[in-house]
Amino acid sequence: MNLTDLSQVEGLASEAVIRAEVETGAVRDELFEQMRGRIREMRDSVRRGLESNAPSRTGMVGWNAKQLWEATDPLQSPLTKRVQAYAMAVNEENARMGRIVAAPTAGSAGTLPGALFGVADHLGIDDDLLVAPVILAAGVGQIIGKSMFIAGSTGGCQAEIGSSAAMAAAAVCELLGGNARQAIHAGTQALMNTIGLVCDPVGGYVEVPCVSRNAFYSVHAVSAAQLALAGVESFIPPDEVVQAMASVGRLLPPELRETGEGGVADTPTGRAVALRMAR
Amino acid sequence: MGLLDVIGPVMVGPSSSHTAGACRLALLARNLLLSPPQRVRFALHGSFAKTAQGHGTDLALVGGMLGFAPDDPRLRQAFDEGVAAGLEFEFTQADLGDVHPNSVRIEMESADESVSLTGSSLGGGLVKAFKVGEFETNFSGSYHTLLVQHLDQPGAIAQVARVIADDDGNIATLYSMRNKRGGQALMAIEIDKRLSQHVLDYLNNVSYAVWVRMLPEVMADKPPASSILERNVDER
Repeated sequence: MNLTDLSQVEGLASEAVIRAEVETGAVRDELFEQMRGRIREMRDSVRRGLESNAPSRTGMVGWNAKQLWEATDPLQSPLTKRVQAYAMAVNEENARMGRIVAAPTAGSAGTLPGALFGVADHLGIDDDLLVAPVILAAGVGQIIGKSMFIAGSTGGCQAEIGSSAAMAAAAVCELLGGNARQAIHAGTQALMNTIGLVCDPVGGYVEVPCVSRNAFYSVHAVSAAQLALAGVESFIPPDEVVQAMASVGRLLPPELRETGEGGVADTPTGRAVALRMAR
Repeated sequence: MGLLDVIGPVMVGPSSSHTAGACRLALLARNLLLSPPQRVRFALHGSFAKTAQGHGTDLALVGGMLGFAPDDPRLRQAFDEGVAAGLEFEFTQADLGDVHPNSVRIEMESADESVSLTGSSLGGGLVKAFKVGEFETNFSGSYHTLLVQHLDQPGAIAQVARVIADDDGNIATLYSMRNKRGGQALMAIEIDKRLSQHVLDYLNNVSYAVWVRMLPEVMADKPPASSILERNVDER
């Protein structure tokens, strides 16, 4: 099943993913229980991340989530603030070698919990209703992973945060009542609008820009869900967007694929961090 | 890639490919040895060589060598744990050729044997081993993996397949490559279950088998702070 096929099923996209999984021998109740376990782990990483201001290994990040969480909100936008803070909480935990759930990677682990838990908590939705959307997110990631390696070192950041944002967008859209077509078009819009993003971690550490990037792309995912729920669709069919992203990944030079040799890593400040940490 | 590989693994940060994947490659390598490793050299290639420290790849590799799973909090102090366990470890850089940028050759010595595993971390915590010693191979750690190094003679693969079938083992993948005609070969067979001990004992004693190992799956969820070291074929 490709992404376009998934967008054309009747009913909920998560049901189609579950059906396919059961056909390969999985047991529905076990799958739900395993995903509940994943949700508990994600929740735990959000909670730890919001409470901590311990610096990461390099000292570049570690207090951003708590800082935002405790700050006044001049925009009066509790949803945005919540989504961003949750996402950064996970990735700051990740940066200090805390326990997190890769979704689909560790560097992009904050996007899904940021967007999905942020929206759920904003609206007072119980965690039990998040299980099916998380399974859909997994299904979307699985399909993208068939066309390209989901790793910054092979496809750039677009492969990681693009996938996580697409997964999160589909999950949020379904949580808010989106059918399969809407959920997959939400994911597609999120994916299409990350194409070209490079992987340029300062000093090679999963900190800058990774932590703030998860904050931005979790909001991006919510935004994609909002468009799709209003009926806005991607003009380019879902599967063609995945193929486009894979081909852009192949065009990216090694300097922009997680080597720490291009982009913001290759700035005077970025190089200074790399030098300091090498000593 | 299964759904739980996408939403997962549950792991100690900061990188699924450079930390969790590295840990799993070392775990696979560790299980090639029957007794604990005394010395290990990690030859890092590509992105692994360039960003190993930043991603805790070095800690994850040493932790995996000690049997720690990717979610084990002891990974953070893996160097201290390694020293305490009497493990000598070093890191070098190597050009392993036209392979995935996140690749490593793990060269280990125990009291009884020297063996190496070369593999890649493909992203999201998924891994692939592509060499054991000098033999080309291909397995993922997603299944129980039977490795049989054997004399290159007619019927060896058929006999091993027969034994697996008799133990109700279902083969997921099979890769076999010989070094030269009439020389030796290595077959790597990914199976849905761990073979029974008597089957492994039998394989260990057949005339054509030189070396037999049963590696555990290292991708599955384990309880926190677990050690993924399995009783191996020669142990009683």
